Amino acid sequence: MSPTPTTAPPRRRGAPARRLLDTIAGPHGIDRYLEQINPTFVIGECRAEVVAVEHGTEDSVTLALRPNRAWRGLRAGQFVQVSVEIDGVRHSRCYSPASPQDCGRELEITVKRHPGGLVSNFLADHARPGMVLGLSQADGDFHLPDSRPDSILLIGAGSGITPLTAILRTLCAEGHAGQTALIQYAPDPDRAIYRQELDHLAAENPNFKLTRSYTQAPGAGELDGHFSPTHLPQADPCFAAAETFACGPPALLDAVRGTWANGLEHRLHVESFVPPGLLPAGEPGTGSIRFADSGLEVRNSGASILEQAEKAGVPAQSGCRMGICHTCTCRKLSGTVKNLLTEEVSAAPDEEIQLCISAPLSDLVIDL
Amino acid sequence: MSTTTESQIPLTPEQIESFGEELDAIRQRVLADRGERDANYIRKVIRAQRGLEVAGRGLLWAGVFPPAWIAGTTALSLSKILDNMEIGHNVMHGQYDWMNDPTLSSKQFEWDNACPADQWRHSHNYMHHTHTNIVGKDRDIGYGVLRMSEDQRWKPYYLGNPVYATLLALFFQYGVALHDLEVERLASGEAKLADKRKLLSGIWKKVRRQTLKDYVIFPALSGPFFLFPLAGNATANLVRNVWSFTIIFCGHFPEGTHEFTEEETENESRGEWYYRQLLGSANLSGSRPFHILAGNLSFQIEHHLFPDLPANRYAEISTEVREICERYGIPYNVGPLGKQFGSVVRKICRLALPDRKSRGGNQLPVAAHEGKEEQVPIAA
Repeated sequence: MSPTPTTAPPRRRGAPARRLLDTIAGPHGIDRYLEQINPTFVIGECRAEVVAVEHGTEDSVTLALRPNRAWRGLRAGQFVQVSVEIDGVRHSRCYSPASPQDCGRELEITVKRHPGGLVSNFLADHARPGMVLGLSQADGDFHLPDSRPDSILLIGAGSGITPLTAILRTLCAEGHAGQTALIQYAPDPDRAIYRQELDHLAAENPNFKLTRSYTQAPGAGELDGHFSPTHLPQADPCFAAAETFACGPPALLDAVRGTWANGLEHRLHVESFVPPGLLPAGEPGTGSIRFADSGLEVRNSGASILEQAEKAGVPAQSGCRMGICHTCTCRKLSGTVKNLLTEEVSAAPDEEIQLCISAPLSDLVIDL
Repeated sequence: MSTTTESQIPLTPEQIESFGEELDAIRQRVLADRGERDANYIRKVIRAQRGLEVAGRGLLWAGVFPPAWIAGTTALSLSKILDNMEIGHNVMHGQYDWMNDPTLSSKQFEWDNACPADQWRHSHNYMHHTHTNIVGKDRDIGYGVLRMSEDQRWKPYYLGNPVYATLLALFFQYGVALHDLEVERLASGEAKLADKRKLLSGIWKKVRRQTLKDYVIFPALSGPFFLFPLAGNATANLVRNVWSFTIIFCGHFPEGTHEFTEEETENESRGEWYYRQLLGSANLSGSRPFHILAGNLSFQIEHHLFPDLPANRYAEISTEVREICERYGIPYNVGPLGKQFGSVVRKICRLALPDRKSRGGNQLPVAAHEGKEEQVPIAA
């Protein structure tokens, strides 16, 4: 699952002591030595050790992560990028931790298996305590506001329930006095992520109302089927006055946005979850390329990204223009590209590509 | 290559094309197979290098004791050689970009060498690898100070060829750093120093950091015994310089390697490009540790055919490349270090003097004809 990151993680400048260490350990820097002792000892980069692995439902796995000292914490609802190396290749995916804000130094992420999903299946099959994962700092505008709203409605489907669980757990831990309602959409009770934890929270907190709708098990929950405006009065009688947070697949969010279209938009916060690799690949010549650093956006002409960057006046470095010298290698932040030499198609976010032999197949964001 | 010199290529266009396709097939096969094994390999080399670096610095800190000085200088020399050759050179070629690991990204990697990584990527990855052995374009031919080809017109300045070569070997990291400065074009007035400001400031920043570390900070840590780490660090830099000079000059200048003119290489096809890379490069034979210390540039031929394949693969694909060369009658130049370097030294000395006989040393080889004995000896 992946809310597309809106910004690249900020780069921090080191303190003077750190700079001295880096000069002594130059040109590689002190972290390249510390990581030889233990990969989590690095000081300039967030990494996390898996401390517990639990298979909550048949198609999901919940990991408890202990970030290293570089971790700066998160607000309930934000996401992190987790990277894992599979057959020598580092892959990053976004996950919204479900652990409450300020819960000490542990993070909990729940990964739902996607059919054919490389990272989700790898983590579900291979994650073990002691494994070290790459971690970004928390990011995203989808989070509980610092001044807690009196009335809150949460709508979540599938693994979109995880940031909502973080929000809910945070509110319960703080003894929030207002009303909170949650509608969880899942195919059936067995595949309802965090079912027992949510039941438990509902039983302990009288001002939290939990409603479930099962799309493939009619009658098993209080409601049936996919999201519909008719669900709202039953789940939360004062939904129109509530600060609403919705997270799930695009179809759910479209339906929710339609309902909140009549002057209530400012109360609605949404986050979309689309698994990378499952994005549809367009034909060459469709979509647009956004050059993040230059702030330029061009319509995709179908030519190599390097040619399009140069035409747009983006200062792209280039060399051989035949895939040999890697002078033009750049980070692709999101989107699908085709390697013109190998015909290989890749939709992975945050990966290095050679601009001169890559052509866009979808909307792209390039770090240039 | 252009039509005017087509007669020089002993293969028919069809042969050149199928030759290129065979090499492309090797490349595709390795690309498809790239994975954990290659990742583990480079990480193992990096781990060894970091260990040698720490051991070397630590021992040289106590360098007042002769065994510690000798062991420390050896460890640090090996560390710098691994850092520059098997790690730096290969990582900066993008051989490990597919791993998507920022610490192994060709764009971000910096090495323990006076030459700033970004300048190296331009002068080496682009200028040298794209224009290999094209006189006037590939600045690795003599680094702008030596005469390494008959195609460079002789002038009295070149009488000093052996002296310049020795100096270049001793201060090789600075020679590499000044590569893009084009000193000879500055001297002839073709280029202006004012245009090189940015380049120079990049070099100066890098050299300052390197000097501060090797010649100020680490010696200072030894207090009154600062001379010992200072001498150890200088020796390690010298060893690395001479070693990398030796390996690199054996890659393109032993007898039997070819240079090309710009006209010859206009509108090259992919097959012709491969062909030029092959004729312009020479391999070194040796043991596995030798190849690792050489950064696998002992497989210079395979490196020039596939500069961005992980270097630990060159050994295994070299047997196939050699077999293909034999079939097409293309010479595959390989020899032990002593023989190849000896021939480089002879070339440096010979080219110090004006050409004695008519030019004939740079004729392209003639292909073996079907049913005939191999005409081109495969040096071994």
